[in-house]
Amino acid sequence: PPIAYEFQEELVIRPLHSGDIYASFQFRTVWETDFTRGISHYRLFPKSLGQVISKFSVRELHISFTQGYWRTMQWGQPYLPSPPGAELWVWFQDTVTDVDATWKELTNVLSGIFCASLNFIDSTNTVQPSASFKPLGIANGTDHRFLRYATLPREIVCTENLTPWKKLLPCGSKAGLAVLLKSEKLFHSSFHSQAVHIRPVCQDEPCKTASLELRQTLNVVFDLHASGQGKREWSLFKMFSRTLTEACPLASSSKIYIDVTDNPQDQFELSPATHLLSQAVVLGDRRTFSVYDLTQQVTFGTVRSLNVLIRWKSTEGDMLRPLLHAERYVAGYGLQTGEIHTLMYNNHPFRSFPVLLLDSVPWYLRLYVHTLTVTSKGKDNKPSYIHYQPSKDRMRPHLLEMLVQLPPHSVTEVTVQFERALLKWTEYTPDPNHGFYVGSSVVSALVPSTVAMNTNITKEQPLFSTFFPTKEESSYFIRVYTEPLLVNLPTPDFSMPYNVICLTCTVVAVGYGSLYNLLTRSFQVEEPNPGLAKRIANVIRKMRGVPPL
Amino acid sequence: MSEFVTDLLSAHFFRPCPCGLLKWIPAGDVTVENFLRVLTGRLPPSTPRSKRLLSDDRSNILIYLTGHGGNGFLKFQDSEEISNVELADAFEQMWQKRRYNELLFIIDTCQGASMYERFYSPNIMALASSQVGEDSLSHQPDLAIGVHLMDRYTFYLLEFLEDIHPASKANMNDLFKVCPKSQCVSTPGHRTDLFQRDPESVLITDFFGSVRKVEITTEVVNLTDPIDPANGEAREEMYSYVDQLPVSEIIHQKPKQKDWHPPDGFILGLWTLILLVFFKTYGVKHLKHIF
Repeated sequence: PPIAYEFQEELVIRPLHSGDIYASFQFRTVWETDFTRGISHYRLFPKSLGQVISKFSVRELHISFTQGYWRTMQWGQPYLPSPPGAELWVWFQDTVTDVDATWKELTNVLSGIFCASLNFIDSTNTVQPSASFKPLGIANGTDHRFLRYATLPREIVCTENLTPWKKLLPCGSKAGLAVLLKSEKLFHSSFHSQAVHIRPVCQDEPCKTASLELRQTLNVVFDLHASGQGKREWSLFKMFSRTLTEACPLASSSKIYIDVTDNPQDQFELSPATHLLSQAVVLGDRRTFSVYDLTQQVTFGTVRSLNVLIRWKSTEGDMLRPLLHAERYVAGYGLQTGEIHTLMYNNHPFRSFPVLLLDSVPWYLRLYVHTLTVTSKGKDNKPSYIHYQPSKDRMRPHLLEMLVQLPPHSVTEVTVQFERALLKWTEYTPDPNHGFYVGSSVVSALVPSTVAMNTNITKEQPLFSTFFPTKEESSYFIRVYTEPLLVNLPTPDFSMPYNVICLTCTVVAVGYGSLYNLLTRSFQVEEPNPGLAKRIANVIRKMRGVPPL
Repeated sequence: MSEFVTDLLSAHFFRPCPCGLLKWIPAGDVTVENFLRVLTGRLPPSTPRSKRLLSDDRSNILIYLTGHGGNGFLKFQDSEEISNVELADAFEQMWQKRRYNELLFIIDTCQGASMYERFYSPNIMALASSQVGEDSLSHQPDLAIGVHLMDRYTFYLLEFLEDIHPASKANMNDLFKVCPKSQCVSTPGHRTDLFQRDPESVLITDFFGSVRKVEITTEVVNLTDPIDPANGEAREEMYSYVDQLPVSEIIHQKPKQKDWHPPDGFILGLWTLILLVFFKTYGVKHLKHIF
């Protein structure tokens, strides 16, 4: 029978090859409700989000706030990808009549809930992808008119965003895994990303009932030298400055998974020891995990607190190269033109697979789409699907979506030239010489998997492996984000209005003033002041009636 | 800066900090226009509640400003200024609309006293860290990042406030004595002539503390039964997940029919020009050959 309410929490710790450590928190609340009929009673599901969903007829909502850029080549693939800055994409229900107005209201309400500047999302940075960002939950059809995607690459994530995010959890930050989420350690990291994902999911195998799932995820990568003081030894206390004392009482499952797949020769040791092992197929690979079950009292031992310690003895072993990887940069010189290069690497030795590239470029970089070239291994590679929506100044951005087949073991380069526009002087930000951000490109792909993926939805699986739904066993879906670009637009000198006013007024005053005086002044000859003797003589002459000297 | 204010208020006056009393405005939104709109309440209807100042005629408001300033102005984000006249007018608007009961205005900038010189609305008490013609100085630098983290007046004000607890009887005269010239190098000033009560009788906790009134009742309220989940009839059709990258479907996607718009003014003007030039050159008699 479907469960009315369920809350699960888990933490996955994956030691990375470079010595850094990657921790991924997931908090999942599943609520069996018919949300189209209106929701009235909230228990574990946060009321603020529930009201947003019912008021704006939202089918799926995905919002993420990220600080830092995920380095795929050094760290591998993340469990949940996210671009730097803020990203929001929403699927609305079919009943919505004016999607754009609803989107604008939704972004304002979300900016209030998460204390972020999401109200800067407007028509100049919102796009409607035509093939990417298919719904991650259950759906009848996919009419892309109800999808909106926006990204704010300039958004900074800080404590004020973390606090309302933590408030949405059933146990808050008082019990369970959320006690580890202390901002002074979380923001002292190389990468920090927090996200909220709401979608309808299947509850059981025949999938006759739909439930609403809320996943709150937090990914953080701690740097070996900044947080780890150079020593390759990690513990919960070193990472978060807290230890765990209990699971969240409202959670049906509360687990910590440590990825021990790369440890066949015991390069690192784990303490306290645990004999619970679990295997899961995630990101196309079968990984082994040591599990700590926080719902069992025995996990906490006699000290009543759990501090997992990972100590390295040797540092051999190499990393599995990620199969798909993307980069982007701006080429060119000067402030008039430039060229955007996007490189996609297919590191599979013999299989090729298709990728969908989504590029959303702001209107002030005018793309010359006739210069778009896609080359793989030096030869032209024609995409099988291109969707381009040109920009309109100050109204919408460029949208470019392409389906490209990447040949095996190759680099595919997509180049397009652009020209920079001159903005009106009020449109510049207070720090215009910093540059203007262009949001990350999104590369969505079905990558061939080395082991059979699990397509059974109801088997008990760890949360991190069930985020993207898998329909077939031989491939898995990933999304890779490129770097955001920072381009300088021709910036005027903002002191010029003042300079111009001063100079003009001076020129007018000096030039016109003197000319006017020359034209209109009349000159009179003036006698110099006569001496004393002459003055007395003039007085006597006046008395005599004789004209003066 | 904002984090220390929250920490101070939440740690010493009420736990946890109720988000209704402190308004968080993210950095991108901090402009003079937004600040004045928050004060006067003239915000677009889509602004969420957490970004509005939901005050009425029984609210005491504390406004604390710090940064760079000068004689009669305060800098916002290095690109715009707010003047003392604008601020005074905004407070008068608030008074006319009954948006505050009493207002405490603290400013820590150079020549801060110039900012409160122009106030003319009742029930405002103002404190500044320096007089006109003086500079407010900053406190010690953080040697790790080489930047001064706090101003002197703010530092000593914080030190003073850390000794205040919710039941304290300290009054405004004690607040006026914070940071004398020996510590602050500048002369702090204050203005109480607009305030109707005697500063001696005004408690600091009137502005810095807040107690939520809790009424305890032993009555039992019966909640009605929850709405019946009317799923007696199970759905016949099954739900399913969507293919994330349906390649064949994408390739064969039909391009969407774009709505027909009547020709733009530019196109119409262009065609009119072409026709005019044609008939001017060749004469109107050719019309009958065409039609």
